[in-house]
Amino acid sequence: MSAQFVQFLLTGLTVGAIYALVALGFSIIYNASQVINFAQGEFVMIGGMATVWFAAAGVPYAAAIPLAVAAAAAVGLALEKFAVEPARGASVVTLIIITIGASIFLRGLATLIWDKQLHVLKPFSGDTPIVLGGATLLPQSLWVLGVSLAIVLALAWFFGRTLLGKAMLATSNNRLAAQLAGIRVRHVLALAFALSAALGAIAGILIAPIAFTSYDVGVMLGLKGFAAAILGGMGSGAGAVVGGIVLGIAETMSAGYISSAYKDAIALLAMLAVLFFLPSGLLGRRGTERV
Amino acid sequence: MNFLEVESLSKVFGGVHAVEDLSFDFQAGAVHSIIGPNGAGKTTLLNLLTGIYSPSAGRIRFEGQDLTGLAPHEFARRGIARTFQNLQLFFNMSALENVMVGRHLHERCGLASALLRFPRLSREELACREEAAELMRYVGLARYLGTAADAMPYGALKRLEIARALATRPRLLLLDEPAAGLNPTEALELDQLIGRLTGRGVTVVLVEHNMHLVMGVSDHILVLDYGRKLAEGPAAAVREDPRVIEAYLGSAAAARNLGAAGAAPRAGIGP
Amino acid sequence: MAARFATPRAGGMAALAALIALLPLGLRNDYFYDVAILVGLNAIVCVGLNLLVGYAGQISLGHAGFFGIGAYGSAILATRYGWPPLAAMLAATLAAAAIAFAVGRPILRLRGHYLAMATLALGVIVYMVISTEDRFTGGPDGMTVAPLAIGGWALRDPRLWYWVVGALLLAAVWFALNLIDSPTGRALRALHGSEVAAEVVGVDATRHKVMVFVVSAVYASIAGSLNAHFSGFITPAKVTFLHSIELVTMVVFGGMASTFGAVVGAAALTTLPQVLTPLKDYEMMVLGAVMMGTMIFMPRGVVPSLQALLTRRRDAAAAAAAPAPRPGDGQ
Repeated sequence: MSAQFVQFLLTGLTVGAIYALVALGFSIIYNASQVINFAQGEFVMIGGMATVWFAAAGVPYAAAIPLAVAAAAAVGLALEKFAVEPARGASVVTLIIITIGASIFLRGLATLIWDKQLHVLKPFSGDTPIVLGGATLLPQSLWVLGVSLAIVLALAWFFGRTLLGKAMLATSNNRLAAQLAGIRVRHVLALAFALSAALGAIAGILIAPIAFTSYDVGVMLGLKGFAAAILGGMGSGAGAVVGGIVLGIAETMSAGYISSAYKDAIALLAMLAVLFFLPSGLLGRRGTERV
Repeated sequence: MNFLEVESLSKVFGGVHAVEDLSFDFQAGAVHSIIGPNGAGKTTLLNLLTGIYSPSAGRIRFEGQDLTGLAPHEFARRGIARTFQNLQLFFNMSALENVMVGRHLHERCGLASALLRFPRLSREELACREEAAELMRYVGLARYLGTAADAMPYGALKRLEIARALATRPRLLLLDEPAAGLNPTEALELDQLIGRLTGRGVTVVLVEHNMHLVMGVSDHILVLDYGRKLAEGPAAAVREDPRVIEAYLGSAAAARNLGAAGAAPRAGIGP
Repeated sequence: MAARFATPRAGGMAALAALIALLPLGLRNDYFYDVAILVGLNAIVCVGLNLLVGYAGQISLGHAGFFGIGAYGSAILATRYGWPPLAAMLAATLAAAAIAFAVGRPILRLRGHYLAMATLALGVIVYMVISTEDRFTGGPDGMTVAPLAIGGWALRDPRLWYWVVGALLLAAVWFALNLIDSPTGRALRALHGSEVAAEVVGVDATRHKVMVFVVSAVYASIAGSLNAHFSGFITPAKVTFLHSIELVTMVVFGGMASTFGAVVGAAALTTLPQVLTPLKDYEMMVLGAVMMGTMIFMPRGVVPSLQALLTRRRDAAAAAAAPAPRPGDGQ
């Protein structure tokens, strides 16, 4: 393995971990409500921008990051309560337009509260690269990988072991049955939006020291996260993680070896290819429509 | 050559056999019924017979042509039409337009003539409208000619589906639980409508839980249980078949139904 | 109730023609003409997009891509290769139609959210190509475009452009109304109502979806070509995801499944930013709020909602004048 290849692999893993977090956010909301939240990318933006803002105001990271995550979660709750809930039972097209409207609204709001400039967040623990088999790794990448891993494990525990997590899964399987079993479906939906927003915000904060952040980073990161979720199989947690990693590595490799100008296009082409030829993704369930 | 030939048909959903190794022949010009307890695979079979599902194994031949694996609109083109258990109407259109869509296969309309509205198209539209109105009258919906589909009562919608299916000029018409949700008067009207359909040269396949209706109109009955054929034959024979009675005894209500239907022919509704 | 779907074709066409004929009385200077032409071009895109989204029920979040193919195709051929602008426009339109046809079959097999994301990706890919291939397109800085010239005579005066665009808009609306009222249009609406039911009565769903996708792409492409030649300059900003969203918002705001609604939506949302120039910073928030608000409070859009209101009024007036007929008795 050449050092260059290892370098691309490490970069790809880092980016892929971010995509995986965004993809998990898509999957959690999709499972709870069958809605694809087109405003998912804005949570990523809010996480990064709010942290930059708090940090600039002199708030230490230990407080700025939880504040930013909480802000995103609050926006997620508001989105569920004021935009998605009033349109419950509406057609898919209606819900798509509502969540896109929300994303444009949030982006506009971000330009008002903050600005249209590019910002960069100071790395959590310095920027002295670690040399690893001829390749270099930023300490921030370790943060990305470590936190992502911790989150994936925590989510696995939450959905596999806790009553609340199981209630969320039950709701996604059969809403009516869950309701009859005494699960408060409304609360589950609200929780799904808050959780998914928090995940997006964490992704945005982790990546902000490596990539720039600005009011419109959400478009591309949202799209990539969706591509990762599709690649792995929409609604599958493991699929989201696998999809994110595969997409991140594929994108970095093709940028390195083929063309960096079309780096973003490759993720989109991969998504289209999966949609066309493997609609249930790598790990998704194949469903049949009932008539 | 049989009218409809089904040979070793199977449909598997994630390991579950909804229909398993099913073979039967239907003859033209008769009323065939498919009955069986809930989950017996009746609706799956109709979906297979109209191309909505493609079979996991087996063949479907209609008038000698192999239709296995074709798309639903190809089944329609070959002369098979259906109605749905859960209404599948175009609620964004008027009742008349719903039936006019059924004429789709018989319209000659290219993109250019649609965009430019050639005079010939206008004439054909008039004819289409007239035929659709005629079909609505035929099924007893004359009073709903100008009504939007979403403003019609349930019983009328059931008949609207039949009118739309007839507009395709089918030789085989599959009715999926047409009597479900109808009151006794409406069910009786349906009974008479099905009788008239065979007179039009349409072979009818009826999937129905209302045994009264089934025993009254059927020339031939196919009984399914767990996706397999349990029994087959004329109504009288099927009713006496011990396997059928046993399958139905699982459900007390269905058993009563069967008993009531047994009394029906003596009351004069049967053949 | 029947009136709800019977398009008041003749009346609507006459009203639109009268509006186009009389509007110049209120257009005080070239700036007003510019805005009016922009409204007309957006309306052409929206009338086409509405065939796809409103009537056939298939969402597209990438139509700015087809607008861009028309604009840049026309611009590159006419400006860099010296083609006669009309020939360049024709070639660009054919290219847009060919691309729509090629991607239409796999894309339109998808439904709902997946279709939305796939069309979004398609639009973004077109944007990426346009902003990357700067040898041809000038990249993010854009490129100048030759004026629309026929023979030696160049169309430059906005007052003349106004009539050209007005006439094309009328033609676009007329074609769309014809299509909707034809058996093909009925099949499209049927697909929207119940795809499975349309298929079992013999409608080839994929063929019809691809056809309307191509038609809507052609509408967008022609408007894009015209826009490039009219403004003499084109940048990738017109090909962004945001522009795709603006187009969809115009359609849903005006009213899905209403051709005149699409024109009204285009007019409202094209002039709104001009009126709100002092509030430029709020433009995105307003756009987002309009999208959410329309879908939550008026999901059928302005024109159909107004039509329903008028029909109710008229029915109420008729009921007051005469004993009420039983509902559903109809004609």
